[in-house]
Amino acid sequence: MTTINPACRALTLALGALVLGIAFAAATSASEAPKPKAQDWSFQGLFGTFDRAAQQRGFQVYKEVCSGCHSLNQVAYRNLAALGYNEDQIKAIAATVEMQGGPNDEGEMFIRKGKPFDKFKNPFPNENAARAANNGAYPPDLSVITKAKPHGSDYLYALLTNYKEKPPESYWVDNDGKPIPPAKRKWPEGMFYNAAFTGGAIAMVPPLAAEAVAYQDGTKATVAQMAKDVTTFLAWAAEPELEERKSMGRKVILFLLALTALMYALKRKIWADLH
Amino acid sequence: MTAPSEPPQASSTDGKPGIIEQAKDWIDYRMPIFTFMEHELNEYPTPKNLNYWWNFGSLAGIVLVILIVTGIVLAMNYTPHVDHAFDSVERIMRDVNYGWLIRYVHMNGASMFFLVVYIHIFRGLYFGSFKPPRELLWWLGIVILLLMMMTAFMGYVLPWGQMSFWGATVITNLFSAIPWIGDAIVTWLWGGFAVDNPTLQRFYSLHYLLPFVIVGVIFLHLWALHVHGSNNPLGIDRESAKDSIPFHPYYTIKDLFGLGVFLIFFMGIVFFAPNALGEPENYLPANPLQTPAEIVPEWYLLPYYAILRSVPDIAIPFTGIVLMKAKLAGVIAMFGSILILFALPWLDFSPVRSARFRPITKQLFWVFVVVCIVLGKVGANPPNLAVFSGIEGFKYIHLGQIATTYYFAYFLVLMPLLAKFEPTRPLPQSISEPVLRDRDESGE
Ligand code: HEC
Ligand code: HEM
Repeated sequence: MTTINPACRALTLALGALVLGIAFAAATSASEAPKPKAQDWSFQGLFGTFDRAAQQRGFQVYKEVCSGCHSLNQVAYRNLAALGYNEDQIKAIAATVEMQGGPNDEGEMFIRKGKPFDKFKNPFPNENAARAANNGAYPPDLSVITKAKPHGSDYLYALLTNYKEKPPESYWVDNDGKPIPPAKRKWPEGMFYNAAFTGGAIAMVPPLAAEAVAYQDGTKATVAQMAKDVTTFLAWAAEPELEERKSMGRKVILFLLALTALMYALKRKIWADLH
Repeated sequence: MTAPSEPPQASSTDGKPGIIEQAKDWIDYRMPIFTFMEHELNEYPTPKNLNYWWNFGSLAGIVLVILIVTGIVLAMNYTPHVDHAFDSVERIMRDVNYGWLIRYVHMNGASMFFLVVYIHIFRGLYFGSFKPPRELLWWLGIVILLLMMMTAFMGYVLPWGQMSFWGATVITNLFSAIPWIGDAIVTWLWGGFAVDNPTLQRFYSLHYLLPFVIVGVIFLHLWALHVHGSNNPLGIDRESAKDSIPFHPYYTIKDLFGLGVFLIFFMGIVFFAPNALGEPENYLPANPLQTPAEIVPEWYLLPYYAILRSVPDIAIPFTGIVLMKAKLAGVIAMFGSILILFALPWLDFSPVRSARFRPITKQLFWVFVVVCIVLGKVGANPPNLAVFSGIEGFKYIHLGQIATTYYFAYFLVLMPLLAKFEPTRPLPQSISEPVLRDRDESGE
C-alpha cells in the first residue's frame, strides 16, 4: 500500500469539494434562458470596485428615465453618500421630491419635501396604478434587480441594448418549429420586441434613446453608455456592501491561509513521533 | 461517569493548590464534569489510521454552531410577517451592522452544512460505518439528516421571495397525495387555505426550534460513537493499545487543519460569490398570483426532487389499470430514498466493513456517487428538456428514471448480492499490521 502525502490528500480533498460545489452551482443554473453576453464591469473580480463617475451618471439615468416607472424601494437618499455626494447635495436631491407627511398636531396629513432619510419615492401609489399606466404590465422594483436575474448585470445591459424594430424571421415559428406564414403572424398589442427578454415581447417602452440625458461630465450619452452606467448604479443599489465585502474577504482569506499553513506545520510536528 | 475516589484536598501535589484548581476540584467532586471532559475529549482513544474523510464529522458540528449563532442574530432583526419579511431581510443586508456578513454566512452555511454532511454520509457508506456495532449511531445520523432537511426547507421560506413561497407551496402540497386525509393535512400544515402568514409564522417558530433538537440528537450520536469509538479506513476492530492514539493532541490538530482548509473554501464563497449557490428568483418578493417559470429547490434537495418527478403512474401492464398515481408513488419514492438508509445494516450484511477489501463494492460505490450528482442535475432541469441538444428523444425525465432505478437497485439488489457473493480481499490482522506487511513485501 502506498502512503499518499497528507498535504497531497488534503489538496485533493479541497479540490474535490470545489469541483463538487461548482458542479452543483452549474446544475442549478442549467435551466435558464440563453446566457447574455458578458461585459467588462468595474466591480467584478477579487479587486472590483464601483466606478464612481459611472455610478453618478447611472444615477442620473435612473432619476431622469427609469424612475418614471420603476421604484427603488430599498434605497434611501442618504445612501447616495456612497456615490460621493456630500450632505448638502443629498439634501438637495431629496428635496426635489414631495412626500406625504403627518399627521400633524391637528391630525392632518400634509405634503412635505423629501428628506435624506426617506426611501426613494415610488412613482406610483400602488401596483394597480402602475399597471394601469403600463398597458397592464408591472414595472418591477429595481432595488435588487441585478441579484434577481441570472447573470444580473450582463442581463440588464443586454435588455437595455437589445430592442429591435421588429423580430427576426427565426422568431416566427410555432411550437413544432414550423415557420408561420406572414399572413398569420400577430404581434401582441402595445408590446415591443427585445431579443434579450424571454419570449421576445416586452411591455416596457424602449427606455433609452441617444442623448436621452445630458451628462454633466461631457460623456457622450449613447444608448450603450447609458445602459452601462445605469447598470453600474443598479448593481450598487443591489449590493451596496460589495466593496467592503471584497476588501474584508481578501484579508480574511489571507489570514486563513496563514493560519492553515501554521496548523499544517503543527500537525506535521505533532504526528512526527508516531510514524 | 465515575466520581473521583479521593477527596479534593488530596489532588494537589505541591502544597497549596491555586484557586482555580480548588474550584475545579470542588465541582468535580460533586459532579465529575471535568473528569468526564478529560476522558471524552482528551484521552479518548482513537484509531491511529483515520484519514481526512474523518474530518467531516467535526466540521459538521462546527458549521451547526455557526448556523445557530448567525441565526440567533438574524432572528433579532427579522420580521416574520408576509408584508415585512422580504424587506426586513433587505434591511439586515443594508442597515444592520455587518448584517450582510451574518446573512451570507447563514445562507451559505446551510449549503456548507449539507455539503459536509453528505461527504460524512458517503464516508460511512464507503467504509461500512453503519455495520455492527454502530447501527444506532448510523440511525441517529439519518434522523439528523431528516431534521436538517426540515430546518433548511423552513428557513428558505423565511425571506419570503418567489422561491420561498412557491417552494413552500409545492412541498406542502405533496402531502395532498396521501389518500383521503391528504387535503385536510395540507390545510392543517398551512393554517389556512393557502401558504400565507400563518404558514410563515409557524415555519419561523419551527426553524428556530429544530436546530436545538438537532443539537440534542447530535449529543446522542456522539454518545453512541464514544461507546465503541470510530470506525477506520481498514474497517477492522482495534486489537491492542498500539492501534489507538489519544484524541488530543493528534486529532484535535488534524481537525483544526481540516477546519482551516474548509473555512478558506466557505469564506471564499461568502465574500466573493455569496449568491452563486442560490436561486436568483428568490430576490423577487413572493407573489401568489405569478408562478415562476421553473420552481426548483436549493441544490442540496435537488436529488430528492428528481426522484419525486421521475416516478410515473404505477399501472398493471397492458390493462391500463392504475394502481397508484404518479404523485403518490413519487412522494413514497422520495421519502423512501432516505428511509432506505435505515435498512442498510441488513441490506449489506457482509462482515467486511471497508470497501477497500471489496473490489466490486468499491466500483459500484463510485457509480452511486455519480448517480447522486446526476440526480441533482436532473432535479435542476425541466423533465421535458432534452439532455443533449443533438438527441431530442432523450429527456431529463428519462435520465432521472435511469438514475432513480440505480439509486434503489444499489441498496435493494446490489448490496445484498454483493454481501453474499463478492470475493473479498484478505483483511489485515490489526491496524498496525498493514504498515509492517507492506515493508515485508517491498523487501522481497
Ligand atoms: C414607461 C415606463 C418604463 C420606463 C421609463 C422604464 N421601464 Fe423598465 N419596465 C417597464 C415595464 C412596464 C416593465 C415590465 C415589462 C414586462 O413584464 O413585459 C419593465 C421591466 C423592466 C425590467 C425587468 C425585465 C425582466 O426581465 O423582467 C427591468 C430590468 C427594467 N424594466 C429596467 C429598466 C431600466 C434600467 C429603466 C431605465 C433606463 C427602465 N426600465 C425604464 C416600464 C418602464
Ligand atoms: C440547522 C441549522 C440551520 C439551518 C440549516 C438553517 C437554514 C436556513 C436557510 C436555508 C435560510 C434561508 C436563507 C436565505 O436564503 O435567506 C435561513 C434563514 C433564517 N434562519 Fe436559519 N438555519 C439554521 C439555524 C437557524 C437558527 C438556530 C436560527 C435562529 C435562532 C435561524 C434563524 C434564521 C432566520 C431569522 C432566517 C431568515 C433570514 C434570512 O433569510 O436570511 N436559523 N436559515
